[in-house]
Amino acid sequence: MSNWPSIDVLVKQVKSGQVSAKDLVDKAFSFIDKNRHFNVLISELKEQAYARATEIDNKIKNGQDVGRLAGIPFIAKDNFLTFDGYTTAGSNMLRNFKAPYQATSITRLLDEGAILVGKANLDAFAHGASTENSDFMITKNPFNETRVAGGSSGGSAAAVALDMAPFSLGSDTGGSIRTPASFCNVVGIKPSYGLVSRSGVVAMASSLDVIGPLTNNVSDGALILDVMSGPDQLDSTMIEKDKDGYGNFEPLKDLKGVKIGVLNDLMNEGLNDKIKIRTQEVIDSLKKLGAEIVDISIPSIDLSLAVYYIVCPAEVSSNLSRYDGIRYGHHDDSAVDLEDYYLKSRSEGFGAEAKRRIMIGTYVLSSGYYDAYYKKAQQVRTKLINEFKQAFSAVDFLVSPVSPDLPFKIGEKTDDPLKMYLSDVMTVAANLTGIPAISLPVGMIDDLPVGFQIMAPFKADRQLLQVSEIVERQFK
Amino acid sequence: MANTLSRDEILKLAKLSRLILSDKEVDEMQKELSSIIDFVSKLSEAKVDNLEVSDQVTGLESVLREDNPTDYGYDITELMSNVPYSEGDYIKVPKMLSES
Repeated sequence: MSNWPSIDVLVKQVKSGQVSAKDLVDKAFSFIDKNRHFNVLISELKEQAYARATEIDNKIKNGQDVGRLAGIPFIAKDNFLTFDGYTTAGSNMLRNFKAPYQATSITRLLDEGAILVGKANLDAFAHGASTENSDFMITKNPFNETRVAGGSSGGSAAAVALDMAPFSLGSDTGGSIRTPASFCNVVGIKPSYGLVSRSGVVAMASSLDVIGPLTNNVSDGALILDVMSGPDQLDSTMIEKDKDGYGNFEPLKDLKGVKIGVLNDLMNEGLNDKIKIRTQEVIDSLKKLGAEIVDISIPSIDLSLAVYYIVCPAEVSSNLSRYDGIRYGHHDDSAVDLEDYYLKSRSEGFGAEAKRRIMIGTYVLSSGYYDAYYKKAQQVRTKLINEFKQAFSAVDFLVSPVSPDLPFKIGEKTDDPLKMYLSDVMTVAANLTGIPAISLPVGMIDDLPVGFQIMAPFKADRQLLQVSEIVERQFK
Repeated sequence: MANTLSRDEILKLAKLSRLILSDKEVDEMQKELSSIIDFVSKLSEAKVDNLEVSDQVTGLESVLREDNPTDYGYDITELMSNVPYSEGDYIKVPKMLSES
């Protein structure tokens, strides 16, 4: 159980003067101080946070409006550009980068009175499933320090699990919110593609990247999503917000009339037996609530990981080409000419995984291989989208585990990049097809957290949250 | 198992990617990239006929707007503060060719 009440309760307390914004910042830093050895935060923004708290407390004293998130501390993954502190993306390339503008999602939260208290660790440029690719440090699992917190938003997930703040932000390109949420026993929401502005978040793979919250419960996540979502002039690939928003749905009494599809293709190969059993137990509880359970097959889903590891590095290689040391980022003064400057700045600034993805991306996009890899992957992506559409014509939601493994040991998968890539097998399909998905905590196995994934049709984020909330109640 | 990618291919990819690799990195990349490319090559079995490609999922189409400048409040001094070499508001780049 979290040491934080739900966000709407906290906001009421702040607005009524029962607690001050400063009290909440004190509380956040008491947990940050106590848990520093988990390597969760790349930077702590103490001075700025207290200044903001004073500002909010003064406004309340003067009877001014302080917003829907008045005084609520939060933590952002360090690939969100923020005016406060540095934005490193967990990389040596951006070690000293001061963002000249701010992510739209951050500004929207601050405008509603939220207080940024720190920036969380991640795999450098969000490339990974464990934070072991961070150029700075490895975030330890809050439940077992010898194990990973998941990734790439591992710092964000661990921060909420360790009570450093009631919510955090992550980005999810192939599972980077859901996997760490599952490993750290928190709720992680990957919204529909385009629902939250990507402006000001360090680009990884632009057709897959989404922004979402990590929270202690579904309703907190829904509120944060409601604040962040909706069109932004600075992102031209956005979809409209649900007309009813996300923060105010009626709790469901049961699941009568709801059809839930079980993704059997994901329930077999390489799945940990105990996770399989737990997933089945969760499905049984849905049945008890009145849901109709249907087996669903997505024939191309076993190709989704291969599609992902072509599309993602292709877009990564393109997005990372901007790091040339000329306008920002690491640079090498010893270079003799422009070419040498590029080579040295990039080779020193990028870590092994970024280099690997740039090289794979360059390979699959290069002439002679483009049709066989990149084009083919984009065609199979179409097939996958069609198969999901067809599945959603038969059922309202699809369910599966989040990860094939429990949180694994630090170092267990670092010697073999392909092995690490296989961690994403359950999560990448939602990114390739753009649909919303959530990771819900469903208890512990061998003293380690396990998550359950629910997916909904594109733009059905509100329905996803509503059904997630009743599932969550079964495991509280 | 033989590597799918040769050392020369790795070096060519590094060059295209504007990366310098040490000998050790070349060896590792050859092994790792070969196994990754082998893995993604299973797509060759997929039947796609003449399916369209999907490079996005929103179905949005480009909408034109008036080409008017918008002030987003960006500050030039801030924007230039990360630039390592500059002169006034201009970014300086190293010379294209070395003297040799």
